Amino acid sequence: MAEFSDLPLRYRVQMAAYRWRRVDPLTWTPLAVPLSEARIALVTSAGLYQPGTDEPFARVPGGDHTLRIIPDDVDLQSLAIGQTSRAFDRGPMESDRNAALPIDRLHALVERGDVGYAAPRQVSFNGSITAPARLVRESALTAARVFASDRVDAVLLVPV
Amino acid sequence: MCTQSVGLLAGALERHGIASVCIALVRSIAEKVRPPRALAVPFRFGAPLGESNDAAEHLEVMRAALALLAEPGPPPILRDYRTRSMP
Repeated sequence: MAEFSDLPLRYRVQMAAYRWRRVDPLTWTPLAVPLSEARIALVTSAGLYQPGTDEPFARVPGGDHTLRIIPDDVDLQSLAIGQTSRAFDRGPMESDRNAALPIDRLHALVERGDVGYAAPRQVSFNGSITAPARLVRESALTAARVFASDRVDAVLLVPV
Repeated sequence: MCTQSVGLLAGALERHGIASVCIALVRSIAEKVRPPRALAVPFRFGAPLGESNDAAEHLEVMRAALALLAEPGPPPILRDYRTRSMP
């Protein structure tokens, strides 16, 4: 289990004083179909983006709340890593982007029949956000529209 | 911050009618944030599904997380993933 004590000192100090937000109201959307028939999308907080196509993530106070849409058939290793935090080991993600955006693993689950389909578009953002209001208010709506358009049944969200 | 960020985003997606499940790298943060469904994993920062060369572990973690979608609730659901090497 990752612990605060794993972090560099300046991050530990920041985390100790931070006012953690909570999901409120806590609502619930049941999965409407069996998992073996469901279309699953991925969200990563690794800040992955397509260089030459997407704008890099910005270093702004409170964090960059914007999203990047990643096609499911992307060359995963071509994605740039835009995470601005230095509080974690980038090694796993640098050697294999599946560590943060497990598209190949999702395809394997589809091939095995564990899930029905992979969504045609995945979502990436830079999770190093200390002021999350716009993430919750604006980016969630943008992502929800993408997923609804793609008839996604459920989303797996992966932090780093 | 990533465990909070994905948790809050998941909660907002659910309000827009999209079912979700999160990986939680730090259990204590997931307890505070309360995403609707989360799987706490025993891995380090940067390796949320296990080590990068361990595709089998990645698949096990994803299966365990996605299985939470079938739990009847009520939210929040927070479960612990145990690796194959754990007693």
